[in-house]
Amino acid sequence: MDPLSTLWETFFDWDSMREALPEMLTVGLPNTLILALSAALLGSVLGLLLAVAGISRTRWLRWPARVYTDVFRGLPAAATILLIGVGLAPFGMQVWGPNPYPLGILALSLIAAAYIGEIFRAGIQSVEAAQLEGARALGFSWGEAMRLVIVPQGVRRVLPAWVNQLIALIKDSSLVYFLGLLASQRELFRIGQDYAANTGNQSALLLAGLCYLALTVPLTHAVNAIDRRLRQGRAVTVAEEDDGGLAVAGSTALPPAAPTRKEP
Amino acid sequence: MTTATTATTTSVSLAVRDVHLAFGANKVLRGASLDVARGGTACVIGPSGSGKSTLLRTVNRLIEPDAGDVLLDGRSVLGDDPDALRQRIGMVFQQFNLFPHMTVLGNITLALRKLKKLGEEEAVRVAREQLELVGLAAKADSRPGHLSGGQQQRVAIARALALRPEVMLFDEATSALDPELVKGVLGVMADLSAAGMTMVVVTHEMGFAREVADTVAFMDRGVVLEAGEPAAVFERPEHPRLRQFLSQVL
Repeated sequence: MDPLSTLWETFFDWDSMREALPEMLTVGLPNTLILALSAALLGSVLGLLLAVAGISRTRWLRWPARVYTDVFRGLPAAATILLIGVGLAPFGMQVWGPNPYPLGILALSLIAAAYIGEIFRAGIQSVEAAQLEGARALGFSWGEAMRLVIVPQGVRRVLPAWVNQLIALIKDSSLVYFLGLLASQRELFRIGQDYAANTGNQSALLLAGLCYLALTVPLTHAVNAIDRRLRQGRAVTVAEEDDGGLAVAGSTALPPAAPTRKEP
Repeated sequence: MTTATTATTTSVSLAVRDVHLAFGANKVLRGASLDVARGGTACVIGPSGSGKSTLLRTVNRLIEPDAGDVLLDGRSVLGDDPDALRQRIGMVFQQFNLFPHMTVLGNITLALRKLKKLGEEEAVRVAREQLELVGLAAKADSRPGHLSGGQQQRVAIARALALRPEVMLFDEATSALDPELVKGVLGVMADLSAAGMTMVVVTHEMGFAREVADTVAFMDRGVVLEAGEPAAVFERPEHPRLRQFLSQVL
């Protein structure tokens, strides 16, 4: 066999792929989604708390948030997952039994929270101080103003960066294989790797890769679409009558920070 | 323009007494005082940086004064809960400060639902009523960003009025507007004044001050230098700095 067709069969052995596909879709895909989505949910909640703590006027909230973020952004994901997944396993064993998922999700969430926290913090800090003043003037407390007015706007502005973080989570979820998975717990990567080991070619792993791309590529495009929409605002329904009909052009559920404000 | 409010029977008198405020070494207010009778309208005029907007913010305590007192109906409010106080005092800003992520209706119902604890239906009813009064009933479902500046400011006024305030503060409410949009907003404010709302209006619109105000107060360098009826202040200014200011703006 010539080297070229060997190479071809290493990656594109259809039989290996066909063999791996059912398990890939019925076991691997759901597990990857469970890991990524649970971690996204928990990581976003933690991230929001970190973001609010990070801009708090109380240093006892600000500093821990800072340290947390530095630590979890600074460690390799693999190290964090092993430290938590293996290190806390005896504890997890008592609570959940021998299931590596809760600790895997926890580790992924803690990592994601550090990044998402920074994303949310940047978004919240980009909201004009006048918005806070406007809310406070109506009689809202600082907490209510943040919750009802500032945070929703800030988070909206950084949705593209947040979706990027989702993409990172989908990829990083493959790292839970370090923790040892039962057959039914394997996610996309692990199933691909197992089949690759059995068949002696990489086709099943390539198939797993394609599954990841099927998840992540649409999300990257969603990021771009959201970004465009946030920049341009939705189509303007031009105001008729009244005030000479000088409806504000182009924008905006989300006005760009300073410049447009002088001349509405 | 329609009559801007129906609920002014609860207006109170307002007094600011000898208020001092410094940001570090920068003394912004140096004993400013102002009196507004119940249902009266005071216009505060003066050069930029004279402390007009800051004075306004000490009334609803968005900024706490270092010294001095603020009284509503003769009673000091400096010991009150600031959030509760601000529900009694409506404020309108130069840049509107509408919430861009909510519809016009949402902007108005938010405080009604969350602070006044009205049910959704009742909040919407009150909000629509206020929008009607500022002539923007048709814009209830628009986003603020899709309205002109003048319309946005009228929504901001409706948002403040929906809470049935006892005093209204206007901080250069028309300064950010294109000239042709100013009139509509001033019209709403004049209607509100005529309806008996107690108002403090920081403004550069001398025509409005002359026609609508009961009291015109001239501020310079952190104090109210001269205050009186519009005719007196504009026709017979006493203080040289007021004369100089008027010669520049009129």
